[in-house]
Amino acid sequence: MNIEAVVFFFGFIALTLGITYWAARRTKTTEHFYAAGHGVTGFQNGLALAGDYMSAASFLGIAGLVALNGFDGLIYSTGWLVGWPIILFLIAEPLRNLGKYTFTDVVAYRLQQQPVRIAAAIGTMAVVLTYMIAQMVGAGTLIKLLFDLDYTIAVVIVGAVMMAYVLFGGMLATTWVQIIKACLLLGGALVMALLVLAQFGFSPTALFAKAAELNGDQVLKPGTKVVTGAWDAVSLGLALMFGTAGLPHILMRFYTVPDAKQARISVAWATIWIGAFYLITFVLGFGAMVLVGMKGILAAGGGGNMAAPLLANAVGGSAFFGFICAVAFATILAVVAGLTLSGAAALSHDIWVNVVRKGQAPESEQLRVARIAAVILGVCAILLGVIFRGQNVAYMVGLTFSIAASANFPALVMAIFWRRFSTWGAVGAILVGAIGSLVLLYCGPTIQVDILHEDIAKVSQNWWYFPLKNPCLISMTLSFVVGIVVSLLTREPAAEAEFAQAERRVILGTLADVEASGRPVAAE
Amino acid sequence: MSDVGSPIHAIAAKRWKIALTLSVLVLVIYFGFILLVAFGKPLLSILLGPGLSVGILLGALTIISCWILAIIYVRWANHHYDDEIARAARWGRKS
Repeated sequence: MNIEAVVFFFGFIALTLGITYWAARRTKTTEHFYAAGHGVTGFQNGLALAGDYMSAASFLGIAGLVALNGFDGLIYSTGWLVGWPIILFLIAEPLRNLGKYTFTDVVAYRLQQQPVRIAAAIGTMAVVLTYMIAQMVGAGTLIKLLFDLDYTIAVVIVGAVMMAYVLFGGMLATTWVQIIKACLLLGGALVMALLVLAQFGFSPTALFAKAAELNGDQVLKPGTKVVTGAWDAVSLGLALMFGTAGLPHILMRFYTVPDAKQARISVAWATIWIGAFYLITFVLGFGAMVLVGMKGILAAGGGGNMAAPLLANAVGGSAFFGFICAVAFATILAVVAGLTLSGAAALSHDIWVNVVRKGQAPESEQLRVARIAAVILGVCAILLGVIFRGQNVAYMVGLTFSIAASANFPALVMAIFWRRFSTWGAVGAILVGAIGSLVLLYCGPTIQVDILHEDIAKVSQNWWYFPLKNPCLISMTLSFVVGIVVSLLTREPAAEAEFAQAERRVILGTLADVEASGRPVAAE
Repeated sequence: MSDVGSPIHAIAAKRWKIALTLSVLVLVIYFGFILLVAFGKPLLSILLGPGLSVGILLGALTIISCWILAIIYVRWANHHYDDEIARAARWGRKS
């Protein structure tokens, strides 16, 4: 076991639990629990968004992909970023101005609360649980590799610590955990990249040239490993791009800032940090390829995931290796905490308060239910981690983004932009997107060939066989079609009549409150 | 209310137009890159110098163009759009 790694890791745990203690004393209302009292600045929220988004998969996974495949790994680096400008241009303002705590607030704004909230909670939980499986299994395996700790103990530690953040500190503690994690991850990656580049006269192209000299020019060129066909590439691109705009734990962050202006600033900062991080992964990936070597990376196990930690060891010695391992652990912890909080919000705010109690629940009860939901999800996370132990769950990340892009994103867009969008249109769009993603993934090569090891020539003869690795292209289209057709068949005059008022709210934001309260305007 | 509606909606319509244009730009840039990866392998494989292929350059430029478009939008929205809306809303209430 690496002593430095353990010291850094416990330092991080101590610091974040201290912050949780501080935040717990400020978390007295649901406003604080779900939205940190709307008191987070745009800059802080930008870092927190980056923290929520940059998972261990993007840090260790992409570095590994680039180290082993060269250019092909970079396709992911760009794909993971391009959803952010879309969130900024189309989603950020309506989301901030129409909702209260969850994106479901926006979808259900003009529609019948019960059916829409239940459907959207299903969409949220599908994303939260599939993403959680990927993170927890990744965490267990990774911690076994990094700290030589038992898998189950690792999963329980992650579950228990993140439950403490969410349960006691709510959104305020979770936000600061994300900010600290984002700074550590960005700082650690930057230092590592600079240490690598120092050996190549601070010229990235000199590093890439060395990689080509050792492994052949093909590492700088598109190959066939990651992108197999044009439709596969487009489908994956759609999932990455629009899935980002359908992730409930990301969308929930927009309520932590005071207004739409700060929401915009926060997405711009998130875009800058995440983009910078992915540019750095170019250097880390090729750095590992040259300084550690493909053989060394493969020998370490974990399918390339050890590329970044091994590179840290090569350029900064064992102390730096320990630091990067601790950062990777902290990364998983923070992402799981964000997921748990958004799942708890869906169960308590959407289902309990608005469906079961029809919007009439006292503050103390709401808070109690939210905390119970957080505990349930924490236990679920640990159980899922144990159940899926040792299985290949890489496809879960693709599934998460496909469900987010096919269930949550279409409903959100149609609710914001389309007057005729109806209750049953929303329910249909969400359910078809979520179920379609699951079914098509199961009938496709990802599950049939990669997981069940069926012979591709034989299985592709079946009538139900679906040829794309990522189902998003079809499931997202289906979701939009179902949403439109059902809405046209079930007209809802009450919802259409409210569209103008909702539109006004999207435009005016907090100014609309001033107007509604009828207060005279000062100094006019 | 109706006399307030039109100037505010005109300003908001302008924002949607800009937001949609920028979104389409991002789509074109990203899917252009992805389709080049799928169909334009020879082009992306051209080496511009030792260690730099067209593919790597375009990948980096995709990320940088996201930065630039995001910054342009936020500067415009926070400095011009919000002020115009606030002015229009104030003017509407006064009359």
